[in-house]
Amino acid sequence: MLSKIVRTAANQLIVFIVIFGLYVIAHGHLTPGGGFQGGAVIVSGVVMLLVAFSSKELKKSLRERTLSIMESSGALILIGLCLAGIGTVFAYNFLVGTPIFGHIPPAGSNPGDIWTGGVVPLMNLAVGLKVIAGLSAVVLAMALFSSGEEIE
Amino acid sequence: MKRQVTGLIVLLVVVAFLVLGVMLIHPFGYPPSDMDDYIIENAQEQTGSNNVVTSVVFDYRLVDTLGEATILFTAVTGVLLLLRASKRREESS
Repeated sequence: MLSKIVRTAANQLIVFIVIFGLYVIAHGHLTPGGGFQGGAVIVSGVVMLLVAFSSKELKKSLRERTLSIMESSGALILIGLCLAGIGTVFAYNFLVGTPIFGHIPPAGSNPGDIWTGGVVPLMNLAVGLKVIAGLSAVVLAMALFSSGEEIE
Repeated sequence: MKRQVTGLIVLLVVVAFLVLGVMLIHPFGYPPSDMDDYIIENAQEQTGSNNVVTSVVFDYRLVDTLGEATILFTAVTGVLLLLRASKRREESS
């Protein structure tokens, strides 16, 4: 565990890191980035907490079972969305043209609309959930292992 | 001696096919293939996504992304399994 100054600063910074990561995930179909990138941003915040606090402290709030459930549900959402378009072909973008995420933007450069992209934003959310949970679990398990703590 | 001659012939054939393959390869960046033009022109209309890169990753090549997600899942499972197993073995010994 590092000094109180570092811990307080990390406590304040993690909010902005998580907000930025969620922004990158949620706007993956409009701006550069997406599920993988935004998830990696949030996991970098988790690593910062891991450095500032000890892995023993972080284990109390980040349970490995919760992370496993999050990752598996992300994978299931991904496969379920792929199978939902099976009426046409596997992994068909079946939401384009419907009111849910189905708006079609004008051709060329435009500021963009959050309700576009069909299944692309939903896939981004699922992949983001998967990357956040999976990489956090890996980092936490490695930190616990190297400090000789119990991995549950 | 016979084995060396056979090996030489096989080597020459393989080298000939390799050289042929390199000479028939698509020149880098020229001419632009039909596929990228098609995707750039139709991505906004077909997927409704302004970010064409994301529309390729999560729509046109979604099966590839599914494979990537599977790789991540396997990696996480392997790490957790390995670390937990070595911990348990230390305890039992």
